Amino acid sequence: MARMLMKGNYAAVYGAAMAGCTAYYGYPITPASEVAESAAALFPKLGRIFVQAESEVSAINMVYGAAGSGQRVMTGSSGPGISLKMEGISYCAGAALPCVIIDIMRGGPGLGNIGPEQGDYNQVVKGGGHGNYRCIVLAPASCQEMCDYTMLAFELADKHRIPVFVLTDGVIGQMMESVVIPEPVKELPDKSDYAVFGTPLNKNLVNSIYIDHDELEQWNMELFKKYQVIEENEVRCEEYMMDDAEIALIGYGSVSRVLRSVVDEARRKGLKIGLFRPITLFPFPEKEIAALPERGIKNVLTVELSTGQLVDDVNLALAGEIKSDLYFRLGGNVPSADEISDKISELYGEVK
Amino acid sequence: MKKTVLRKPKGFNDVYRHKPGAEKDRTHYCPGCGHGILHKLIAEAMEDLDIVDETILISPVGCSVFAYYYFNTGNFQAAHGRAPAIATATSRANPDKVVISYQGDGDLAAIGGNNILQAANRGENIAVFFVNNAIYGMTGGQMAPTTLPGQVTTTTPYGRNVDTDGYPMKVCEVLSQLTAPTYIERVSLHDAPHIRKARTAVRKALKNAKERKGFQLVEVLSSCPSGWKMDPVKSMEWVKEKMVPLYPLGVYKDLGEDARITVRPVPVMDPAAVWEKLGISAEKDVDFPRGDVPDEYRKMSIRVAGFGGQGIMVTGQALASVALEYGYNVSWLPSYGPEMRGGTANCSVNIQDGIIGAAEAVKPSMLLAMNRPSLEKFEEFVVPGGTLIYNSTLIDTEPTRTDIKVFALPITGMADELGNIRVQSLVNIGAYAAITGMFRVEDVITLLPKLFKGKKQAIIDLNARAVKAGFNYVKENF
Repeated sequence: MARMLMKGNYAAVYGAAMAGCTAYYGYPITPASEVAESAAALFPKLGRIFVQAESEVSAINMVYGAAGSGQRVMTGSSGPGISLKMEGISYCAGAALPCVIIDIMRGGPGLGNIGPEQGDYNQVVKGGGHGNYRCIVLAPASCQEMCDYTMLAFELADKHRIPVFVLTDGVIGQMMESVVIPEPVKELPDKSDYAVFGTPLNKNLVNSIYIDHDELEQWNMELFKKYQVIEENEVRCEEYMMDDAEIALIGYGSVSRVLRSVVDEARRKGLKIGLFRPITLFPFPEKEIAALPERGIKNVLTVELSTGQLVDDVNLALAGEIKSDLYFRLGGNVPSADEISDKISELYGEVK
Repeated sequence: MKKTVLRKPKGFNDVYRHKPGAEKDRTHYCPGCGHGILHKLIAEAMEDLDIVDETILISPVGCSVFAYYYFNTGNFQAAHGRAPAIATATSRANPDKVVISYQGDGDLAAIGGNNILQAANRGENIAVFFVNNAIYGMTGGQMAPTTLPGQVTTTTPYGRNVDTDGYPMKVCEVLSQLTAPTYIERVSLHDAPHIRKARTAVRKALKNAKERKGFQLVEVLSSCPSGWKMDPVKSMEWVKEKMVPLYPLGVYKDLGEDARITVRPVPVMDPAAVWEKLGISAEKDVDFPRGDVPDEYRKMSIRVAGFGGQGIMVTGQALASVALEYGYNVSWLPSYGPEMRGGTANCSVNIQDGIIGAAEAVKPSMLLAMNRPSLEKFEEFVVPGGTLIYNSTLIDTEPTRTDIKVFALPITGMADELGNIRVQSLVNIGAYAAITGMFRVEDVITLLPKLFKGKKQAIIDLNARAVKAGFNYVKENF
């Protein structure tokens, strides 16, 4: 049966397997360890590569080597490990190498804890490492999406030759849901124009150094244009009960699920509240959020497990048009639906 | 008369097309630098071993950052110190190719120290050429891990002080202690006889690499006239007089005929076989027909709580697994955290049609409390009209709520009677089936081999009895 009950962390690896990912390089960290463990379990059965690297830094550089060799390749980690990988991700971006990085966010800063937080938003969505680069960031909110968006991540990575993050938190990584395994991808795109194969006709170079100032400027402009194309074409978001809503709740990942419950409860009371959920965090659904005021939204409440990292992007999109508020919890605490409903009453009175 | 034609070896590019500027026929290395000599030894060996077209070279950070200008191979440029990691993945992706990691002393022995150690220890099929010139050349002459005691560099302006800066790093000595490496030798480039020995070592390493004989490393003592602020001739003398005594030349490890040929498989995609290899059947999922479930049990938000070891997680997962087979959407979320130390573990299960929102059962429609702390902690959160099942074997207090349905079941006692306390989870499932009408006992029993995959038939039979016991107890007593 293609329907299985599994953790989000496992679902991501099933998605990778179906996407034709042939190599996994990783390092254990809670709450992302099952990503590496499931790759260790599944990949050898498929004749694919699994290597537990000596460090996060090494793992991402192995990803660089595999991606440069033309493989679909993945790594996974959580906040502290993602921080360590940032240099290598910058190199992947600089060399325009497609790869997929799973980030199962935990509490921070420092060692923090292993509870769910969304404090990696800025480092993942804004680039994070050195230089002017961006990664596509997908934010699944269920185990099925962990599988589907990991598959999609590989497609987008190859389409744009770019590192793609699958960003979620410990709740989605650790929870189990039913997952319908998709059909495996039949064929991979041809990468012979850039990948290094070590054959007589292939003398390609994988590289991020441009010693000449003009050349580096030109290369950065190419990357910049690529990000613009991505912003034009790859925005994904989901709306729930938004058509007649006057208050929009905005959140991603596990928070969006709680917000869905808040909306359900509010609608039972006849309150015009809807959910707007960004699925891509880069590219950010800026136009869609900017359009909310003219669609009749009077207030926006952003809920996140970080101290206002997501709301910064929401506010940039809204440009002060309507009132924008923020509610957050930290340290591994996830707000309950009641808690958010109370906040809505407190902020907006008895909304109708 | 024999005619010697001097020409560039085929391991080099004819024209250094990646090199910026007009001078595309000469290297960027300074006069007297060892890199140029070593490059030539490698390029000649690649031609003679006929591996130019099957070699992938990793350039490091350092003066040889631009090695890719010169070598007529597939090329990677690496982050500082990470060439062995990149070489690892490149070699795994292309197990039939020769992979060279070219590194300097700061790159290999300082920032990338762990990378080389671990790649060597994994016995990667790579040949490493390690240039030790006792200084950071590219960045302008700072201390390297291999800088000599007393040696003046821009970051040891008073000379390397072993008390504060430590001792020179002896890479061959360290790596040769590992089991996996095949061949490790230190050579020098300070005069023609030594260059000839270096040539032999380079060829041996590449020949071994061609034959997939694991990890090869040649350390090359090399001059850096610019970094050392000496002329090329004096630099060669300095290598001979200062470096060679500190870094003894010779073979540190050579498995010779005992070297194992490591054949790693070429990674395969084989989409047609993926489902089969992972045990995923292409047959359509057929749901069990649903029984008559009262409205109040059609959207379940369940908190299961108890001691660690009471099968709390298994109970939750089994509830979700069985409900899935009736076509419900399900979620299971574990909750550990600091509570583990207090002896309680709990999980949340949602069973419903339609999309599941919040995964945590903050206000559950059903609480299954397996011990007293769990009852005390979660009872107040059950929604009015909800259901409480509690383990009366271990809980000797009465629940306080009067607005919920209460089922006191001797769960531990029943499991004990069945002869194994570990079957509490399936007693729970049987009780849940009886209370909610959501599962049929025979369906649950059909699923047991899947739930206890790999377990003996006796265990499965025991759990089947547990399901029935839980079910019957509820039917007989409520």
